[in-house]
Amino acid sequence: MDGRLTAGTGASPAPRAAAGRSLHRFANPGRFLRATGRLLPVLWAAALLVLGTGLVWGLALSPPDWQQGETVRIMYVHVPMAWLAMGGYTGLAVLSVMALIWRHPLADLTARELSPVGAAATALCLATGSLWGKPMWGTWWVWDARLTSVLVLFFLWLGHAALVRAFDDPERGAKAGAILALVGFVNVPIVKFSVDWWNTLHQPASVTRLDTPGMHVDILYPLLTCALGFTLLFAAVVLARTRAAVMERRVRALQLARARREDAPA
Amino acid sequence: MTRKKRRLMVLLLAGLGLGTATALTLTAFQDNIVFFFSPSDVLANPPASDRAIRLGGLVEAGSVERRTGSDGRPAATFRVTDGANAIPVTYSGVLPDLFREGQGVVTLGRLLPDGSFRATEVLARHDETYMPPEVADALRRAGHWNPAEGPPPPAETWNTAPRQREGRSGG
Repeated sequence: MDGRLTAGTGASPAPRAAAGRSLHRFANPGRFLRATGRLLPVLWAAALLVLGTGLVWGLALSPPDWQQGETVRIMYVHVPMAWLAMGGYTGLAVLSVMALIWRHPLADLTARELSPVGAAATALCLATGSLWGKPMWGTWWVWDARLTSVLVLFFLWLGHAALVRAFDDPERGAKAGAILALVGFVNVPIVKFSVDWWNTLHQPASVTRLDTPGMHVDILYPLLTCALGFTLLFAAVVLARTRAAVMERRVRALQLARARREDAPA
Repeated sequence: MTRKKRRLMVLLLAGLGLGTATALTLTAFQDNIVFFFSPSDVLANPPASDRAIRLGGLVEAGSVERRTGSDGRPAATFRVTDGANAIPVTYSGVLPDLFREGQGVVTLGRLLPDGSFRATEVLARHDETYMPPEVADALRRAGHWNPAEGPPPPAETWNTAPRQREGRSGG
């Protein structure tokens, strides 16, 4: 790992080399563990604080919707999960680019630890959406473009999680997973714009409209707070998993080294 | 060209190819991806009467008649409009809670030879606006919005409006 750290910075032009060096600073596992060890408790605390505030605000204090009534509160979980499903997948694509082009070792490891969490967020998005669809639309599920493309996104997350673990050689698994993640990225704009390109049962976006959000501030602000809280929680879970994976890899390396030492005299 | 630069170029080219292929495929299957047809679509290309299609639009104001059908189940007739054209729909069964005049609906059924539509399923389709009941009431009282006529006025006219407390008992 440390060999790679210095290998890449020789021939490229100056600005790229600088970018490469800063990216590769955290390729050193010791430095990564030290930096994230300080960051992670802060992240957990911020996530619990913001998410607690957002959930109490959204689920208890915010007003109901004039036509959907109390059912609208499902939104405070459903919408953050949908954003995380898409934003997390965009993150997975960025990590895959870093892994394929710059061969960043931590990018592979983070991608591997990211996909089960992303799959969980997407599953929660689908489940809460189904629970919301039954009372409001009158159906648990329809095969419209938005729902179908999110289901495809869920399968992409699961496929990535399975593929990177399916090889005996972890590097080959990581490479196959990175290619799958990048091919699957075409689905992200389809999810996002499905409600604009085709007519669907799902309504168009409320918050990220080109004009003002179609949402009263008493509903919008708790939603944004919940979204920030769930995002911090998502980041904390992925970071904790990545730290554990780095430490696991270290333990394995130490065990291998010891086994070799014990074998040597014989 | 360094190896990193070459890998970047390969990725960019592959992405461009994949994106183009996806865009072409989606454009080619455009008609199969739409979830429902508007009344104008249906009138322009009437489907065969034995083919089930989805008809979607807004429930026309003043067109809803609810009654009890001959089998004792609730039944309703209403007109689905997209502003330009409207198609009369008959439906026997329980309508979703959100069904009302001015609401979006998607109905599954067949177009009968007399030009009316017999639905076997009606789904409600709500819009992307969310507002507290007090704000909706205030808009209606002030005459800015009649929900039966269609979507609410532009969001910037109401999305920061204060919620009046006197309308609610406990606050």
